[in-house]
Amino acid sequence: MTMTTEQTPRPRSTGETPRRSLSSYIYQRETREIIFQVILVVAIVALFYMIISNATANLRARNIASGFGFLGNVAGFDISQSWISYSNVSTYGRAFMVGLWNTVILAAIGIFFTTILGFTVGIARLSSNWLIAKIATIYVEVVRNCPLLLQMFLWYFAVLKQLPEPLSRVDGVVKSTSYALPGGMLLNTRGLFTPKPEWLPGAEFILYALIVAIIGTVLMARWAKARQMATGQPFPVFLTGAAAIIGLPLLTYFIMGRPVQFEYPELGRFNLSGGFVMLPEFVAVLLGLVFYTASYIAEIVRAGIVGVSKGQKEAAMAIGLSKGQTLRLVVVPQAMRIIIPPLTSNYLNLTKNSSLGGAVGYPDMTQVAGTINNQTGQAIETILMLMGVYLTISLLTSAFMNWFNKRMALVER
Amino acid sequence: MVDVAMTPAMRRPEKVYSVKRTADTRLLILAPLAMIVTELVLGWLRGSYLTPGATSAGAARAAFSFDATSLLTGATLVAFFMGHLQPVNWLRDNLFSTVGNSVMTLVGLIIMYGLVAGLFDFAVLHATWQGSDGEACRPNTGACWPMVEAKFAQFMYGRYPTEYRWRVDLTYLLAVLGLVPLMIPRVPFKLQNAIFMFGIFPILAFFLLVGGVPGLPHVATEYWGGLLVTLVVASVGITASFPLGVILALGRRSRMPLARWASVGLIEFVRGVPLITVLFMSSVMLPLFLPPGWSIDKLLRALVGVALFAAAYMAETIRGGLQAIPRGQFEAADAIGLNYRQKMSMIVLPQALKLVIPGIVNSFIGLFKDTSLVLIIGLFDLLGIVQQNNTDQKWLAPTNAMTGYLFAGFIFWIFCFGMSRYSAFVERNLADTEKR
Repeated sequence: MTMTTEQTPRPRSTGETPRRSLSSYIYQRETREIIFQVILVVAIVALFYMIISNATANLRARNIASGFGFLGNVAGFDISQSWISYSNVSTYGRAFMVGLWNTVILAAIGIFFTTILGFTVGIARLSSNWLIAKIATIYVEVVRNCPLLLQMFLWYFAVLKQLPEPLSRVDGVVKSTSYALPGGMLLNTRGLFTPKPEWLPGAEFILYALIVAIIGTVLMARWAKARQMATGQPFPVFLTGAAAIIGLPLLTYFIMGRPVQFEYPELGRFNLSGGFVMLPEFVAVLLGLVFYTASYIAEIVRAGIVGVSKGQKEAAMAIGLSKGQTLRLVVVPQAMRIIIPPLTSNYLNLTKNSSLGGAVGYPDMTQVAGTINNQTGQAIETILMLMGVYLTISLLTSAFMNWFNKRMALVER
Repeated sequence: MVDVAMTPAMRRPEKVYSVKRTADTRLLILAPLAMIVTELVLGWLRGSYLTPGATSAGAARAAFSFDATSLLTGATLVAFFMGHLQPVNWLRDNLFSTVGNSVMTLVGLIIMYGLVAGLFDFAVLHATWQGSDGEACRPNTGACWPMVEAKFAQFMYGRYPTEYRWRVDLTYLLAVLGLVPLMIPRVPFKLQNAIFMFGIFPILAFFLLVGGVPGLPHVATEYWGGLLVTLVVASVGITASFPLGVILALGRRSRMPLARWASVGLIEFVRGVPLITVLFMSSVMLPLFLPPGWSIDKLLRALVGVALFAAAYMAETIRGGLQAIPRGQFEAADAIGLNYRQKMSMIVLPQALKLVIPGIVNSFIGLFKDTSLVLIIGLFDLLGIVQQNNTDQKWLAPTNAMTGYLFAGFIFWIFCFGMSRYSAFVERNLADTEKR
């Protein structure tokens, strides 16, 4: 029965039947495709026309201006954390930039820590130690199956907001009530207070030393590889490089007479002063993002390592590589090929998820845009700007990923 | 000639004992249980028996806390339970095979102890069990369970009128009756079941929840809240995103360039932005796009955003399945003269969807967790109600926030973990079918 549905002549057969009725074209695949696409385009154009005309009418009815002119107006609100200069007399455009920087910096720090935690947990899941493997599994199964927003709320409202005040005053005597953490850090309900480095004259030489050490290590690695290729003699590149990169700046630090001093947070009469403050909002969002994303990264890392076939490890053992060499030269490079694409998309997820920071009061781009929207009423413009920035980040990352995948793709015989 | 280093694994010829795989998981439950039981018995021996009605952390309770004794006893009990597993060998191989391994075991024990003891301390030992307001909970450092008890109905239904809550319960019951037989592979009448679940049930649920027909007075969505909103948003999102996702995935694989570009554009746009901006768009911009004078329900706006967002992710999952179908299947369908619709619905999609069931369930889990974001646009889902509850003056207590989040987190966790277990079960089941 169904066999009879397609009775139309195939396009090639047009030569054999020069005269065709008009109706036969309707059953031709190409004609149908053109008709369908025309309908699709008309529908999309009509939709956009409707949207734009309705929006214009609605905005006019509500007396809301349109266009991006408002970005030059004075914002008039404060932002609790900004990496670029900002005050409440700055413009809306400036405020948006402050939010953008807050998002970027949060994402960068988050990616750094979540990578460390994720790889640790992922490797721990494969540990031969039963207890460690089980703890890692429990961590992944619990954290992955709870909403991120709930975890951020938990960190912020249930943990950080319940911390003690920085100081208490009994009979005029001021006493510190913060939790003291290692390295002179203090934790209390106002945030995490860390020592702040102060760069005295001569400190720039430490940076130069670091650069020299890195360049030296790269050159040394090249030389060592060439020598090993030529003579077969290995050279301890990692140890020498690590010693240079850590040692040289350290040496410079002492030679220049210790030009970096740390300013520790100290107890004043009414508050802690000095040092560097990480707002509790920032810490809560960071903790939420890091723990949540790490549970995904752990699974990716595990899958990557398991994905390297057993034969590869056995072959490496067979040619006499040590356990460490097997891992470093055979397993990890192949595992990374599996790990990196989903890892990047998780970095991207972390960046997009940082938009939840606003829910606990961290002034990221989304929260600042929300405030701008509330004040100006120009919802369309602010949301378009917001989406534009996220979209740019996403598309740039996926373009990079495509390039990277092509480079890393397995060259098979 | 070649000097072969002896590794410990090589020296030991054969593993002489047998550890059943299930024993691992059983131990996981037994270990903390043993510790808790020990603690209870020890506490009782010390004459500080835990009374559930006690509200103050008195001196008796202070003595009754986790310590090294209970840890050691717990470990001994675990070892006792493991008697039939030849514990010494098992311990040596899995926990103390090398010095490094032993150190890791100790670190693991400390972490485990901290977690179990911390949770037990908070949820049981120092928790408040009875009381009628925050007064009872304020002095204690543990969970405030009477608050959860008092607010339980609110957490489940929001402000849904008390006299109509049976309608919500009936909807849940119908959903369970429709869903459970659908999920068990052995139960017959799958087609009829699916028709009920996806054809009849949504209509029934709509009239039961919204009302507006004789006998069922209208309940505006602004009164909905709690788990009800979470489940409504999640299930509507799941149901709507699936067909939309299939269409977008087919569009992306289409021969027609314009259909392809339109699909790619929509998918990449939605996937490139955070859900919260899509929700902002649907809650703030959507009303502007409608003809003047039209208004659209707040919950409905959120549903539009969530469904659109989920559809884009679903489309990519399904596209993965479509790409995995061998070319020969398409060509064979063409060869026997099937048209596009028949080819896709009878040959390609059934195979492709089956391949990506785990991916689809993962999207569902993601969607279920993401429903919590609707609180940002002013809807009160489970998390939203719990969050709002933090500022309730009557129940003000320092541990209320933690109690509420633990409770909400536990409910979210049950749903998500259940779905992921079910996905694993289906995957195994399918793998078995393939083998035959």
